[in-house]
Amino acid sequence: MRCLLEIFFVFMKIGLFTIGGGYAMLPVIQKEVVETKGWMSDAEFLDAISLTNSLPGPMAVNSATFVGYRTGGIPGAMAAVFGAALPSVAVILLVAAVFQNLMSYPVVQHIFNGVRPAVAALIFYAMIKLGAAAQIGKYFNWVVTLCGFFAIAVFGIPPIFVVIAAALYGLFLRGYVVRAVDAHGKGEGQ
Amino acid sequence: MSLLTEVCLSFLKIGAFSFGGGYAVLALLQREVVEGRGWIDPDGFVNMVAIAEMTPGPVAVNASTFVGYHLFGLWGGVLCTACTLLIPFLLTLMISICFQRFQNNPTLKNALSGIRPAVIGLIASACVSVGKISLVDGYSLIFFGIALFMVWRCKVNPILTLAACGVMGAVFYGYVLPLL
Repeated sequence: MRCLLEIFFVFMKIGLFTIGGGYAMLPVIQKEVVETKGWMSDAEFLDAISLTNSLPGPMAVNSATFVGYRTGGIPGAMAAVFGAALPSVAVILLVAAVFQNLMSYPVVQHIFNGVRPAVAALIFYAMIKLGAAAQIGKYFNWVVTLCGFFAIAVFGIPPIFVVIAAALYGLFLRGYVVRAVDAHGKGEGQ
Repeated sequence: MSLLTEVCLSFLKIGAFSFGGGYAVLALLQREVVEGRGWIDPDGFVNMVAIAEMTPGPVAVNASTFVGYHLFGLWGGVLCTACTLLIPFLLTLMISICFQRFQNNPTLKNALSGIRPAVIGLIASACVSVGKISLVDGYSLIFFGIALFMVWRCKVNPILTLAACGVMGAVFYGYVLPLL
């Protein structure tokens, strides 16, 4: 029982201190789980991240599930996920409860007039950075990116179908493209 | 179908297809909660994204709590979050249980090699729609430029960037613009 509570509180702490999400939280989780608690080795942690990161869902929650399961079985996984999600749910409920009233103040409207363009800038920057990480220059990956973009933004196709189509492309067609590009590259090299 | 069932199904879908983290989920969210449905208006959506960025926790969790609360109150917020997390939780649990078998699984790897570049397309479309909502005049373009300069060139933390633009917004729209 103490073990479950411990898992719960460690992930609550992780959930509370990871503002901004995504990769910003990796070092926080690593420090708690590997260094402070010694629940797994660095190598195990890296494997866990690369695998849970390839599944749908927020990375913090997925890695909480994995670490929680490793430490305390299925109850451990549930304790970890509850812990990781609790701070954000609580904070958002508080914010949402006062948000409608706050928005009637002109100063709050002015603040958000300044913040909204910044949100667009953050997404733009994330797109550039993640695009480089996803190697969109390689193996005609940029064609997939462009198809996804036009399907959603121009033709209004639901993003879910784009994800499914991209998975099917990866499963059945991408192998041929990679082989063709590699063969072509070799031919040029000789 | 009642509104509650519809909202729950939407968030189950969002959870099940949220590959690629925070920003990629925005395209799904927008499709499910803004367009057509009108559960949240476009300006409110971008405000919500800003709040999600500045508060702890993953964007998907924050956004589902926010929309759930907006539509059904406290327990709606909790329920929508549970729906978003249910499928990722079950999948991760399954994979944790048979970790060895999924490590270096070629099918998973191939599917992901297709999904990864497509996710960038999802983020691009989210960027365009958020841009359409938030870049409405010359002033907002200037704010966009300042924010981009801060995160890209000066490597300022995103939360600080949002906070700084908020302060500048309060000063500019409250005090400077009325003088012009």
